[in-house]
Amino acid sequence: MYGPLWRLLPGRWPVKAFLSLILTAGVVVLCFLWVFPTIAPLMPFNDNTIQTGSPSPDTTTMAP
Amino acid sequence: MKALRWVVGTIGELLITLGVLLLLFVAWQLWWTDVTANREQAVAIQALERGFTHAAGPRPGPSTTPGPAATPDPLATLKNVPFGEAFAIVRIPRFGAGYARPVLQGTDHETLGKGVGHYVGTAMPGLVGNFATAGHRTTYGKPYADIDTLRAGDFIVIETKTHYIVYAVQRHVIVSPDHVDVIAPVPQHPGATPTQAWMTMTACNPKYSAQQRYVVFSKLKRIFTRAGGLPASFMAVPAGAVG
Repeated sequence: MYGPLWRLLPGRWPVKAFLSLILTAGVVVLCFLWVFPTIAPLMPFNDNTIQTGSPSPDTTTMAP
Repeated sequence: MKALRWVVGTIGELLITLGVLLLLFVAWQLWWTDVTANREQAVAIQALERGFTHAAGPRPGPSTTPGPAATPDPLATLKNVPFGEAFAIVRIPRFGAGYARPVLQGTDHETLGKGVGHYVGTAMPGLVGNFATAGHRTTYGKPYADIDTLRAGDFIVIETKTHYIVYAVQRHVIVSPDHVDVIAPVPQHPGATPTQAWMTMTACNPKYSAQQRYVVFSKLKRIFTRAGGLPASFMAVPAGAVG
C-alpha cells in the first residue's frame, strides 16, 4: 500500500520524502478540521448532559 | 505465496494506519478542542462585554407617563433567548480571577463547545426556580474542569446585560446521567413549587469519563444592577483556589 505510493511519487528520494510529508500533513489537517469534528458527536464519551430514557429532541441532558 | 505476502502486508499497513489515526483523534479530542474552544470562548466573552457596556451606555430618559407598568422587571428581559445564543457571562473566583465563560441557550454538543449551556426550560438567572447549566469537565475549553474544587459559600457571578447575579454554593452530589431531578425547579424535589432562586451546574464525573455527573447546587445571594456595579468582595479569589 505504501510501497506503490512511494514508487508513484516523482523525483529522487529527497523529493519523494518531501512530498510524503506534505501528503501526511494534508491528511492530518483534513482529519482535524473536518473528519474528527464530524464524528465527535457520535462518540459515547461526548454524550455529556443529564437525560431521561428516550433520546428525543426536547429531552434534557447533562454535560461532562 | 507472493499474493499472500502482499495481502498480509497490506492488512498490516492498514492496521498501523488505523492505529495512527486513532492516536490522532485522541490528540484532537484532548488537546486541539481545548485550543480552538478557548480561543472562540475568549472572543465570545469580549463580544458579550462590548455588548453589555454598549447596552448600559445610553440610559433611557425619564418616562413621560410614569407608572409601575412602564418599568417591567429587568430580570425578565432574558426570556425567549434563541437557542444557541450567548446571553450571559459566568465568573467563578474559585476558578481564578480571570475566569470568564459565555453562557449560551441550549445544551447540545455544538452549544457546549462554545461555553456553558443553559438547560432550555429551566429558570433564567436571578429568577425563582432553577437556573440549570451544563459545562464540559474536559475537552472543548472545559469550562467546568475544576467543578470539584467548589466549596460551600463560594460565589458564582452571572453577568447579564443589566445585572450581576451572585449565587453562593450550597452542596454537591454525584449522580448517574439519568437524574433529571437535579435540574428541577427545586433541585432534587421534582414537582415541588419553587420559592427560591437556585442555580445548578452539571459536569461529567470522573474526569475523562461520561459515567456520572458532578452536580453543584447554589442559592441566590445578591443581585446588583450593572449601573451600581459589583462589589469587589464577590470577585475575591478564595484561599487555596486552583486558578
